[in-house]
Amino acid sequence: MATELEFEKPIAELKAKIEELRAFTQQSGIDLSHEVVKLEQRLEELTETIYAGLTPWQRVQIARHPQRPTALDYIHGICSEFIELHGDRNFRDDPSVVGGIGLVDGRPVTFIGHQKGRDTKENIYRNFGMAHPEGYRKALRLMKQAEKFGRPVVCFIDTKGAYPGASAEERGISEAIAVNLREMAGLRVPTVSVVTGEGGSGGALGLGVTDRIYMMEYAWYSVIAPESAASILWKDSALGAKAAELMRITAQDLKALGIIDGVIPEPKGGAHKNPAEAVAAVKQAVVGALEELAGTPVAELLQRRYDKYRVMGVYAEP
Amino acid sequence: MLKDLFHKRRQYATLGLPESARQEGAAQKDNIPKGIVNKCKTCGAILMAKELQKHLHTCPHCGYHFPLDAPTRIEWTLDNDCFFEYDAGLTAVDPLAFPDYPAKVRKAVEQTGLAEAVVTGEGTLQGHPVVVGVMDSRFIMASMGSAVGEKLTRAIERAGQKRYPLLLFTASGGARMQEGILSLMQMAKTSAALQRLHEQRVLYVTIITHPTTGGVSASFASLGDIILAEPGALFGFAGPRVIEQTMRQKLPDDFQTAEFMLKHGMIDKVVHRKEMRNTLAAILRMHGSRGWGGGD
Ligand SMILES: [Zn+2]
Repeated sequence: MATELEFEKPIAELKAKIEELRAFTQQSGIDLSHEVVKLEQRLEELTETIYAGLTPWQRVQIARHPQRPTALDYIHGICSEFIELHGDRNFRDDPSVVGGIGLVDGRPVTFIGHQKGRDTKENIYRNFGMAHPEGYRKALRLMKQAEKFGRPVVCFIDTKGAYPGASAEERGISEAIAVNLREMAGLRVPTVSVVTGEGGSGGALGLGVTDRIYMMEYAWYSVIAPESAASILWKDSALGAKAAELMRITAQDLKALGIIDGVIPEPKGGAHKNPAEAVAAVKQAVVGALEELAGTPVAELLQRRYDKYRVMGVYAEP
Repeated sequence: MLKDLFHKRRQYATLGLPESARQEGAAQKDNIPKGIVNKCKTCGAILMAKELQKHLHTCPHCGYHFPLDAPTRIEWTLDNDCFFEYDAGLTAVDPLAFPDYPAKVRKAVEQTGLAEAVVTGEGTLQGHPVVVGVMDSRFIMASMGSAVGEKLTRAIERAGQKRYPLLLFTASGGARMQEGILSLMQMAKTSAALQRLHEQRVLYVTIITHPTTGGVSASFASLGDIILAEPGALFGFAGPRVIEQTMRQKLPDDFQTAEFMLKHGMIDKVVHRKEMRNTLAAILRMHGSRGWGGGD
């Protein structure tokens, strides 16, 4: 399977070698179990070393892994029941953003997320998770609906960015994102966002002004995608790895910078290695946050949300 | 009459800006023609310095709007002797230890005489008190980092406290890459402040000037109750080059111009620089009193 990333190749090679030795043992009757045990030990060490020392760029590769769970995977995994709702009531239904109402342990929650595909066909349908204005407007419609019925809102962020095309500009991608930022700041129900994969720029933030912000362990979140930063800085998008280091885009970086509330642990090597485990971890974080936020008087909720963003930024003053 | 007003203002207006900024602003104005002449970027007309000045740095032949620095913009927009600057000393730091960033800021400060890419403050416009913010694209493309976001947020909050209409002249390359995620969050911070201003029902007008793109376009620039734009100003999220390169789309010549955005329903009005002050004054008059009662 082509699910291994470049830096995981040594692990795959060692695994293959162990299998080979096992097969040889069976066929030849020569006992190589001692070697197998030694290699298995080495495999464990190697795995530990590789995943403990991941560079930001390697994390970006994991965050973009085609087998990584998508918003709908998390939603269906977390909810006992889910009804997807469609359309912005103005132009069309944008498949790059999904949303609807789900029951979480019997309680209703509005879920919204950027949606990527698994293969080329799905990705073309989902526009690679790059939303048009109508995607953000659908999201806002569902948030206002949640507000009307007193449901909390949970957003899953996973996008390289908003769609950089003429159709998005003509229909007001700037306005759609801007209005979401403003309206999310004033939404009178508890809100939680989780960057599950890629958090690319304004397109990510357009679903991300919330009471609590989490990131998955291998997710990235940045003002600009690392390769785009590289092409601006050094006129070379191939230097994405270098830019990824510089830009401080990992979950650990954002926690240290005081932007996010927590990092959700992933299965070793990434959520795609064990989706059920990843879903459970996300559910635990989301439900925990909603429990904490539930019952906060609206005025206090809004004040705290305002204060949260108000202090973001570092500057000097005489 | 309008001409007289501008003429008078040009001669006598003084700003509450740091002396260095004012001198720079003045030098900038004199600089544009580098002594004598300047060439219009659109029609190629040769313009004498005096002529350019008379037409508020627009081309009398084709209407091209030359970029304007923040001090001059404030001088030409507000009433005489009537600008009190906010947070003049607020400056950027280098939170990510980003290569060359401090040097870049230092250079921008030296070249513009400004402390950051936006000047904020309060004054009057034809007698109406207003809070204004003007971005200056000479300062690192007026990109928005923490300092710009903080200055704007404070201006928005003060407009709410004083219930003065807020006028923001936007120009920006977008969020300031060198401050990473902190820059992105300035979009949320300014928009959250504008949510409060919106609820306080204080008038907010944005004036889009060339170019207004990226994170600034996708936050406060697009949130005005009324959005005006100077002719030809580029206003969009992804720049045209990005769209052409990544999407391999051929774009119409007027793509993302103020006129294009007007046609697509994204802005209220394209206003020539010579008409801007009067247009703003008219909008302020229309929001000055309740008139008909009702509402709450
Ligand atoms: Zn001209």
